[in-house]
Amino acid sequence: MTINRRVFLGSVGVTAGILAAPMVRAQGTPRVVVIGGGAGGATVARYIAKDSEGAIDVTLIEPTKAYYTCFFSNLYLGEFREMDSLGHSYGTLAADYGINVVHDWAVGVDRDAKTVALAGGGTVPYDRLIISPGIDFIDGSVEGWSLAAQNAMPHAYKGGSQTELLKAQIMNMPQGGTFAMVAPPNPYRCPPGPYERVSMVAHLLTQMNPTAKILILDPKEKFSKQALFEAGWADHYAGMIERIDPDFGGADVSVDPAAMTVTVDGEVTPVDVCNVIPAMKAGHIAEVAGITEGNWAPVNAADMSSKRDENIHVLGDATQQGDMPKSGFSANSQAKVCANAVRGALTGSTVFPARFANTCWSLIGTDDGVKVGATYEATEEKIAKVDGFISEVGESREVREATYQESIGWYEGITSDMFGKA
Amino acid sequence: MFAGVALFAAPAVADVGGDVTRGERLYEQCSGCHQIGEGAVNRIGPKLNLIFDRPAASIEGFRYSNGMERAARNGLVWDHPTLDAFLEDPRSLVSNTRMSFRGIKDQTDRNDLIAYLRVFSDDPQNIPEAAPTAAPVDHEVAPEILAIVGDPAYGEYLSGECTSCHQASGAADGIPSITNWPASDFIIAMHAYKDGVRAHPVMKMMAGRLSNEEIAALAAYFEDAK
Ligand SMILES: Cc1cc2nc3c(=O)[nH]c(=O)nc-3n(C[C@H](O)[C@H](O)[C@H](O)COP(=O)(O)OP(=O)(O)OC[C@H]3O[C@@H](n4cnc5c(N)ncnc54)[C@H](O)[C@@H]3O)c2cc1C
Ligand code: HEC
Ligand code: HEC
Repeated sequence: MTINRRVFLGSVGVTAGILAAPMVRAQGTPRVVVIGGGAGGATVARYIAKDSEGAIDVTLIEPTKAYYTCFFSNLYLGEFREMDSLGHSYGTLAADYGINVVHDWAVGVDRDAKTVALAGGGTVPYDRLIISPGIDFIDGSVEGWSLAAQNAMPHAYKGGSQTELLKAQIMNMPQGGTFAMVAPPNPYRCPPGPYERVSMVAHLLTQMNPTAKILILDPKEKFSKQALFEAGWADHYAGMIERIDPDFGGADVSVDPAAMTVTVDGEVTPVDVCNVIPAMKAGHIAEVAGITEGNWAPVNAADMSSKRDENIHVLGDATQQGDMPKSGFSANSQAKVCANAVRGALTGSTVFPARFANTCWSLIGTDDGVKVGATYEATEEKIAKVDGFISEVGESREVREATYQESIGWYEGITSDMFGKA
Repeated sequence: MFAGVALFAAPAVADVGGDVTRGERLYEQCSGCHQIGEGAVNRIGPKLNLIFDRPAASIEGFRYSNGMERAARNGLVWDHPTLDAFLEDPRSLVSNTRMSFRGIKDQTDRNDLIAYLRVFSDDPQNIPEAAPTAAPVDHEVAPEILAIVGDPAYGEYLSGECTSCHQASGAADGIPSITNWPASDFIIAMHAYKDGVRAHPVMKMMAGRLSNEEIAALAAYFEDAK
C-alpha cells in the first residue's frame, strides 16, 4: 500500500495531525467522522468525500491497515480464491479522496461534546458521526464457548486470520473425521453465509478427505435459500452433510473446546473441527455510544440516522432497520443513502429519496452459483421490502455458471465502490 | 412443532402495507376460530402462523374442506393478493370453503389485517426471499426533484445503486460495463429489462422500479461519466 502522509500510522498526536492536514480548508468546514472502514464505513467515507469535493472534511477511524472481506472468505475455504485477493488497503481513499484515515480504535463517544476518543489517546471532533462497526458476539450464547476459545473452535465470522485458522484445521482433519458447525440464531450477518461455508468445506473435503462428515447444528427451523442448498448438497456431496434442526436438538447444543466435543440434546459427540458461529450483536462501540436498544442500533430508514441521536448515523450489520438482511451489499447500499443525506444536512446539497437494494450470491460447488435479491424503500417505521427474486431449483448449468461469473463481477464492483480503484 | 419466540418479530412495526396495531384489533373477528403467534394450535380454523408464501390447505393435521383442497391443487398460495381476495369474500375465491365468514369489504381494513398477519410469517431480514412487507408503489417523486430530472446529478445519485455491481471505471469482470454508452442505447437496454423483453432477474428488478425520467437521468450521467 502507498504510505501517504495522510494515512496516520498509529495515533500519536492525532488531533493535531488532522488539523494540520495539508488540504486548504475554509473556516468552519463541516466535519464527518466515520468509525469502521468496512462495507458501510469505507463506502460512506468515499461517497461523502467524492461528492462534496472538499466541502466536507472526512475522517475514517479503522484499526486495521488492510480490510479482509468476509464476503468471498468461504470461497477461500473452498480454494476458489487466494486470501491475498480478499485484502484491500485504505491507500486510495487517503491519496485520491483526501480522507483522513486514522488507524486506531474508537473507544468512546461524547455525544454532548461531539467528540470520539481514540485508544491511542486524543479525541476527534465531529459535526456528524457515522458508525459502521460490524458485529460482535454475544457472550455465553453457545454454552462452553467464549472468545477465549476462538483458537480451538474458530468462528471465522470476521475476515482474515480466523478464516485462515479454520482452513488450516480442515486441512489437518484425519481421514473420515467430522467437521461440526454450530450455526447462529437470527438475526446474524449474511443469512446464507453458514450454508455457503458448508458447501465450500464439503467441496474441499470431497477432494482431500472424501469419507469425512459434516454436521450442522442449527437452532433455526429454516434458513435462506434452503431448497437451493439442499438440492445442491444432494447433487455434489451426497451423504456427506447432516443438519440437525431444533426438532432434533439443534437448539440445545453445548461445546467443550478442551475435549473437542459437542453435546446435542444430552448426547456427547467427539469432533475434529468445530466452527462455532455464536449469536451476534452490534459492534461494541455502538453500545458504548449509547445508541443501541437490545442488541442492535435502531435507525430511521430515510437517512440511516440513529433513533437516539440525530447527529449520529449507523450503517450495516449493527443497525436495526427492518427488512434488509445484514450483508455487505446492504451496508454499501445504506451507505449511499446516508452519504446523500449527510451531505444535504451539512452543505445544503439536494437530498434524493432513499432507495435500497441487496443481492446475495452463494457458491454451492464448481460453477454452481445461486442468488437472492430484493429492492427496498424507506417507510416511516422501517426499511421495507418491495420486490425480489431468487434462483430456482433445477436451473441449467449455464445459468448457474453465469450466476457465479456475476458474483465475481460484483466482488470487483463493490470493492472498488468501497475503496476506490487505485 | 415450531420454533417459538425467535421466529416472530414483536408485532409493533407497521409498514406501508397497513397499520399493524389496527390490524391486531381487526383480528378479533378471526380469533374465535384461528390462533396465531407463539404456541398457536389448530381450532375451528387452522393456525395462521407462517401463512405468507404457504400453499393453501397445507397445515398438517387440519381437516380442510374439499373446496379448499381443490383450490390448493390448483396452485393457490397465500400472499398479499390472494389473502386480500379471500378475506374480501371467502366463497368467491374458494367455492364451498368451510370458513363461514361474511368477508371484510373495506380495503384499508383488509390491508391492516394482512399487515398484522404478515408479522407472524418469515422476516425478510433473516430469509431475504420471504414475502415483501411493502406493496410495490410507484415512487412519488417530490415536485422539486421532478424539476431536476435529466440533471445528471440525479443520475449520479441513482448510479450509486448500479456501481455495487457495474464498476464505475468501466472495467468489466463478469458484469458488463455500462460506462460511456450512448444515452439512446442505454435507454433502450433499460426499457428492455423493465418491460421484461430481456429476462435477467437482477436487472428486471433494478429497472422495474425506475421511472422513465429516472432512466433518462441515468443515461445522461453514464454517457459522460469519467
Ligand atoms: C463468511 C461470510 C460470508 C459473507 N458473504 C457475503 C456475501 O457474499 N455478500 C454480502 O453482501 N455480504 C456477505 N457477508 C456479510 C458482510 O461481510 C457484512 O454484512 C458486511 O461486512 C457488513 O459491513 P459493516 O460495515 O456493517 O461491517 P464490517 O464490514 O465488518 O466493517 C466493520 C469495520 O469496523 C471496524 N471497527 C469495529 N469496531 C471499531 C472501533 N471501535 N473503532 C474503529 N473501527 C472499528 C472493524 O475493524 C471493521 O473493519 C459475509 C459475511 C461472512 C462472515
Ligand atoms: C367461523 C370461524 C372462522 C372465522 C371467524 C374465520 N375463519 Fe378463517 N378459516 C376457518 C376455517 C374452518 C378454515 C378452513 C377452511 C376450509 O377448509 O375450507 C379457515 C381457513 C382460513 C385460511 C386458509 C388457511 C390455510 O391453511 O390454507 C385463512 C388464511 C383464514 N382462514 C384467515 C382468516 C382470517 C384472517 C379471519 C378473520 C378475518 C378468519 N379466517 C376468520 C374458520 C374461520
Ligand atoms: C446486483 C448487480 C447489478 C446491479 C445492482 C445493477 N446491474 Fe445492470 N447488470 C447486471 C448484470 C449481471 C447484467 C448482465 C445481464 C444480462 O445478461 O442481461 C447487467 C446488465 C446491464 C445492462 C446491459 C448491459 C449490456 O451489455 O447489454 C445495463 C444497461 C445495465 N445493466 C444498467 C444498470 C443500471 C443503470 C443499474 C443501476 C440502476 C444497474 N444496471 C444495476 C448486474 C447489476
